Amino acid sequence: MRAVTLKINGESHTVDVSPDMPLLWALRDKLDLVGTKYSCGIGVCGSCTVLVNGLPMRSCTMPVASVAGAEIMTIEGLDPEGMHPVQVAWNEEDVPQCGYCQAGQVLTAVALLERNPKPNDEDIDAAMAGVLCRCGTYPRIRKAIKRAAREGDDS
Amino acid sequence: MKRRRFLQVSLLTSGALLVGAGCERESMPDFVPGEAWAPNLYVRINPDGTVVIVSKNPEAGQGVKTAFPMVVAECLDVDWKKVAVEQAPLDSRYGRQVVGGSRGTPDGWDDLRVAGTAARHILIAAAAAEWVVGAEECTTENGVVLHAASGRALPYESVLETAATMPIPNADDLDLKSRPEDFKLLGRFVPGVDNHKILTGQPLFGCDVRLDGMLYAVFEKCPAFGGRVAGANLEEVRSLPGVTHAFVVEGTDNLAGLMPGVAIVAETWWDAQSARRKLRVEWNNTHADSTSEYNRQAEALRAGAGETMRHDGDVETAIDSATQVVEASYYYPFVSHANMEPQTCTAMFKDDGSLELWAPSQNPRGGRELVANTLGISQDKIHVNLERIGGGFGRRLRNDFMVEVAWIAREVGRPVQLQWTREDDMRHDFYRPAAWHDFRAGIDGTGRMVAFDHHFITFGRDGEPVSGAGLSPRHYPAGLVPNFRLRQSSIETNVPTGPWRSPGHSAYCWAYQSFFDEVALAAGRDPLEFRLDLLSRVYGEPPLDVERAAGTLRVAAEKAGWGKRDSGPNRAMGIAFHYDHGGFVSHVAEVVADGSNVKVEKVFSAVDVGPVINMSGAKNQVEGAVVDALSTAQLEITFADGAAEQGNFNDYPLLRIDQAPEVEVHFIQSDNSPSGLGEPPIAPATPAIANAIFAATGTRIRKLPFRRSGINV
Repeated sequence: MRAVTLKINGESHTVDVSPDMPLLWALRDKLDLVGTKYSCGIGVCGSCTVLVNGLPMRSCTMPVASVAGAEIMTIEGLDPEGMHPVQVAWNEEDVPQCGYCQAGQVLTAVALLERNPKPNDEDIDAAMAGVLCRCGTYPRIRKAIKRAAREGDDS
Repeated sequence: MKRRRFLQVSLLTSGALLVGAGCERESMPDFVPGEAWAPNLYVRINPDGTVVIVSKNPEAGQGVKTAFPMVVAECLDVDWKKVAVEQAPLDSRYGRQVVGGSRGTPDGWDDLRVAGTAARHILIAAAAAEWVVGAEECTTENGVVLHAASGRALPYESVLETAATMPIPNADDLDLKSRPEDFKLLGRFVPGVDNHKILTGQPLFGCDVRLDGMLYAVFEKCPAFGGRVAGANLEEVRSLPGVTHAFVVEGTDNLAGLMPGVAIVAETWWDAQSARRKLRVEWNNTHADSTSEYNRQAEALRAGAGETMRHDGDVETAIDSATQVVEASYYYPFVSHANMEPQTCTAMFKDDGSLELWAPSQNPRGGRELVANTLGISQDKIHVNLERIGGGFGRRLRNDFMVEVAWIAREVGRPVQLQWTREDDMRHDFYRPAAWHDFRAGIDGTGRMVAFDHHFITFGRDGEPVSGAGLSPRHYPAGLVPNFRLRQSSIETNVPTGPWRSPGHSAYCWAYQSFFDEVALAAGRDPLEFRLDLLSRVYGEPPLDVERAAGTLRVAAEKAGWGKRDSGPNRAMGIAFHYDHGGFVSHVAEVVADGSNVKVEKVFSAVDVGPVINMSGAKNQVEGAVVDALSTAQLEITFADGAAEQGNFNDYPLLRIDQAPEVEVHFIQSDNSPSGLGEPPIAPATPAIANAIFAATGTRIRKLPFRRSGINV
């Protein structure tokens, strides 16, 4: 066991865990930040995606010790009121079905729009291909990203 | 359909209606000033004018938690912006609380409309009494009672006290809205009521439950289905960091119940799972099912005649005298449900011996019964909270995860959350069974299919088809061809099987509708025209409403520009229709091919499920079903030594966004009683795509997954 200090959604948290514990389980079982979801555990489905220094990363395979000091953003930190353009677009296009993968989808889209504010279909497919959705909400994810990009234009 | 509605209405008449509509009490509850007032179990009106509507069914992504309250709100006539939705726990007063069979909507339709309409009726009566006018002179609009003659208006919340003294109306006397043109809210695009929680990461799902003193559990079962524990290194596991308990669960023989295994419980899930890597279990296996053995048996069975399940006319004579005979064999493999949320459940025993469960179950009542029977406790001592389900698709109609966590929590004496790994989930599923379909069709001189002979090779246990492996002898083309025969053979299996989204249909529709294409093309006919013609003659009892089925074919073809559009080189369309769970759906798929590499670009869907309740949820189900069909057509579960060989998304790779087609959805609305939409759109999507692939590449897909037919998508 070791004390590890994590910077999550702008706040510092010290957790006492084994250093190989993946960030996902520190978030869920130590900090009660349950918005980040477990699904495959091997980094291939993207449900557990968080932003580490702005980049989408798989929290299920990332040892907490490796992200000590980094800026970590989880879905809880995006906008708790749900007013971030991506959250607004996701609601207006009514993307979710079961909703389980959507935290990973939303954060991946946020990172995409940060570096490419006007993505075309190919850009979207390339950026989002790492996050699986069993319900098949992909057509709406494309629409929601384009809507969020348009809203970004207006502001 | 008519008969069931009649039964529902007569139930309503007998007084059970008030149970069905959630108004079991004989008089209104007392009104307490300043507090909310609830005319029935579904509706609660707050003094500030906001309205709480209860959603009774579990939500698994099918959209019921938004759609059901919309029906109540429509009939109550309130502003949707003032409605908050509350999830009901398992409670017999709500009647059926199941996600399955696309039955939520048709079953709930009457009760929900009665609940909303009855409450509105009482509020009108209350306002009329205060004004001393006739109730029939009053109307409502957005939560306000209006008396046009005097220009007076009273918001619902201001007449609650009087409403509580009004008689409960007889449900038979209520005029229930049913026509799409009369709806104000229904049919509109309404975002899901849980979107805010989903998009801000608030606790919502089964795995999000957190209780004081809660421990986390993993449960190791034998990789080969049904294996029992002979021994395990429990002492070593107990000594590992964070581990509080490790013990053997003897279990039962019920593959859908408490199976034998080893439970490890720890302070965090990661501690439990880390300890599990050091767990060594010796198993006693008695079964060795394997895909290669299944294939060998199928080859032997297909040489035989099988058992005749139905025979209309004389198939042999009709085939002997046919102008042309077409023969083809189709095969699809086992597949997994692969919900994004692996199975999970939380349990807490209280000091009085009662049990509380937080269950993402599609069938919580069945789960409570299983827990009660297995643990030997009374059902009335078990309270079940319904948690949002991270994907159902039929998997969570089985409640093995509920009984496992209940058993573990009782052993441990503290609240426990059980979380399966992805591998647990994929290796201990209730798979959609594989099958072989050998078809023979006879075509006469005019190009009509006059004989249809079908040998269906499926899976069984003790002589009966296993769950999800049956095929109704009433299924079309029975009733649409004069000479029809269905023969069936069965392979014994020990693999757990179960309902998988649109059970049966989602698999065999592909075989039928692909073979219809083969017959149409052999007869030199257009696949659309052939299908419409097939629906134009009925022999005996119609297997489906041929008019509604044909209607969806025409609309899908028209929207896609079938036969009207020059699609260009290497680009082609395919069409298919299906009827299941009360819904009629046709798809036209458009694909572009580069050799054996195919891209499914667009799917045009025409859907007839009666009136659409929530346009957003309805379209989402159709879009998702098309993606699901294309995904599943590329997947398979195989078995060796009695165990599944795939365990995670690296060897069971669900479709990714870059392979997903655009989906254009068209509804044919009517005042037919509404059908659910979780299931009907998936079955015809696979053959529409496969038929388009044939048209573009010349490769007929007779084996799934696609790659077994040499096609990459």
